Amino acid sequence: MARRAPYDGVVVCAPVTVPYVQYSIESAQWWLGRALRGLVQATGIRPAEIDGLSVSSFTLAPDSAIGFTQHVGLCLRWLDTVPLGGVSGVAALRRAARAVQAGDADIVACVAGDTNQVDTFRRTLENFSRFAQDASYPYGGGGPNASFALLARNYMRTYGVTREDLALLAVSQRQNGLRQPHALMKSPLTVAQYLAARPIADPIHLFDCVMPCAGAEAFLVMREDIAAARNIPGARLLGSIERHNAFADEPMALRGGWAMDIGELYGMAGLGPAEIDVLLTYDDYPFVVLMQLEDLGFCAKGEAAAFLRAHDLTIDGDFPHNTSGGQLSLGQAGAAGGYLGMTEALRQVLHCAGPSQVSGARRAMVSGFGMINYERGLSSGAAILAGGAA
Amino acid sequence: MSDVPAPRNPLRRTRLPISPPRARSRRAHIYTKAAAEGRFLLQRCTECGLYLYPAREACPSCLSADLPPVEAPRGGVVVSETTIRVPADLYFRERAPWRIGVVRLACGPTMISHLHAAVREGEAVVMSFRLDKSGQAVAFAAPAGPVPADRQLREFIADPQHRRVLVTDGRSAVGQEVALALVAAGARLVHVGIAEAWKPFAGEERLRGVDALRIVPLDIASEASVMELAADIAGKTDILVNTADHVRPGGLLTRAGTGHLRGEIEQSYRGFVHLAQSFGPAMLARGADGIDNAVAWVNILSVYALANWPAYGSHSAAQAACLSLSHCLRAELRPGGVRVVNLFTGPVDTEWFQTVPPPKVAPRAIAAALVRSLREGTEDVFVGDVAEDIRRRLADNPKALERELGA
Repeated sequence: MARRAPYDGVVVCAPVTVPYVQYSIESAQWWLGRALRGLVQATGIRPAEIDGLSVSSFTLAPDSAIGFTQHVGLCLRWLDTVPLGGVSGVAALRRAARAVQAGDADIVACVAGDTNQVDTFRRTLENFSRFAQDASYPYGGGGPNASFALLARNYMRTYGVTREDLALLAVSQRQNGLRQPHALMKSPLTVAQYLAARPIADPIHLFDCVMPCAGAEAFLVMREDIAAARNIPGARLLGSIERHNAFADEPMALRGGWAMDIGELYGMAGLGPAEIDVLLTYDDYPFVVLMQLEDLGFCAKGEAAAFLRAHDLTIDGDFPHNTSGGQLSLGQAGAAGGYLGMTEALRQVLHCAGPSQVSGARRAMVSGFGMINYERGLSSGAAILAGGAA
Repeated sequence: MSDVPAPRNPLRRTRLPISPPRARSRRAHIYTKAAAEGRFLLQRCTECGLYLYPAREACPSCLSADLPPVEAPRGGVVVSETTIRVPADLYFRERAPWRIGVVRLACGPTMISHLHAAVREGEAVVMSFRLDKSGQAVAFAAPAGPVPADRQLREFIADPQHRRVLVTDGRSAVGQEVALALVAAGARLVHVGIAEAWKPFAGEERLRGVDALRIVPLDIASEASVMELAADIAGKTDILVNTADHVRPGGLLTRAGTGHLRGEIEQSYRGFVHLAQSFGPAMLARGADGIDNAVAWVNILSVYALANWPAYGSHSAAQAACLSLSHCLRAELRPGGVRVVNLFTGPVDTEWFQTVPPPKVAPRAIAAALVRSLREGTEDVFVGDVAEDIRRRLADNPKALERELGA
């Protein structure tokens, strides 16, 4: 395979989080508008200078991205919609980066967000996909819990993973999340509490589930020279991968698409797993994190539980992971859940992560997973960011 | 399911029916058709032979669009399962805990499926499509071999066991066989309607000798008679079987006047309307009323409702009117989860088909097919060789069938 071109001349800047709330009476347009405002305030870039936009949202209807441009008064020459759930952040970044690199746009605002009105979650589920409508939604899960339960049980049985193993992950992430003032989960979590949680859909229990909420995340992708001229700190994109509908012949998913592409990701970045200082995985259900630890090359397949037992995944530990607390602590603001790792990775390598900062973090890996179209997550992606660009 | 339903607490509100998720793509109604007839149909690519599920518009192997539904092997293995304890969906929330699983079919596809309680992970299962309370098809995995009664399965079928039934015409051989078969199938109580009870009828003693069977006055051609009975038992009728029929030979030109026609319309079409208007609302409201809820309305129709047989031309037309009405009733009872079953028969072995050569359908065969349909949860049932023959000829070429029946 031909070597992929590096993302030269492009930087990623201005991680913005609009603090989450569990329920909101505002619309997705409001949340995305706050995120755009956050980008402008963080960088001094004027809205008229933004010439590219990437939007991810489940609740923007009846708008699509184009309607939203008029709503917020942006005049663009590049517009993208990334409806990929948990992979939205990685996918938006790599597309925007190529657009900027090729000169199709100079400054791309990547925004993801959703509202959560009392009925939003159910309506999103009902209309999620054709296969879900025909062949999974009628079976009563009414959402991802049952689908992930079926995957989790198969994964746990195959590799001998126990709830005690998963507890280590949930507890470490909660410890990280407690440092975030805007985390929706504000009390510590113990292994005993995790194990005693209410069962939702065996083997998924309450603290395996993320809380649906409203919120937004955003970042800018722009030409390196513009960022330098404006003194905007930026990170470089060392490599990225994206994969959809991988391993379709395997009866039950035990791995994600990363397993197809991880060699390419490290090859492109010119480094290996040992050189990643912070890892941000997609944590909508802890067993999915275990799959990522394996498929992203941090341990061999089937050894993630042993890895968890051997490492400390807290901010000050030997393997800092989901330093913001992840969706398990902060909540899942719809499509923003697919951006949450990206904004935290940026903060870490730009050294603006505040109480969550991993000292000396230079390189971060972000990975995303999403779109339970039927019986498995279809989309996976990952990116490696490095600080000190501008 | 041997528990006898507890008497109702009059202080508690009757649980209102709620439908499970109903939306489906048009293509997915392949499975609705399959479930209605008790078949297991999957799409199969004519070019590469792949069996497909869920319903597709393009083959994921060769992109062919030629993906007709075919009878598919039912065997599979449960590869994973979950017990949903806190469903987001309201219908399932009321029925939690609810078990589902992932079944890998021996013929290839993976199906998310409702599970029978006797099914275990790693074990072989037999798949079927069933109609759920929204009237749409869902996959159901049962153990290989005999299938014991099951709480989840009972949601998808109309098992007569423990239920109370009204059979509308006990004078006919069909009505009597149906009533007795339902008692034998475990129905708690079978009301059998008899018009003008002072007139003796053949088989009366056989009916009167059965404990769980009660003869009630009913003349479905009379609105007052139907309303009077409904006032008494509509709220306690879980399954209604309309066995009324009025068969007279002849078409349009072979009989002068409209006298025969009036009899056919009064007895079948108007009788159906009277029953629907008097019993339908109560059944609709009781669709989720415990394990002996209202579940099914059964019409026994002539298969010539589907294609006119001029030798019995005006009877065919009256039956066609009833068939059309049944589709209206099906839609109107759907929110209650009460299914409308149409049982199509060829000429029955009774005096009114005396001159018709065999094969003819024995009333007992109709009763057996009806009980089987309720236990399996089917919706369109063809009883006997003639009915099956007409079904296949109609599906193959309706115009040919029209010419053949008119020959």
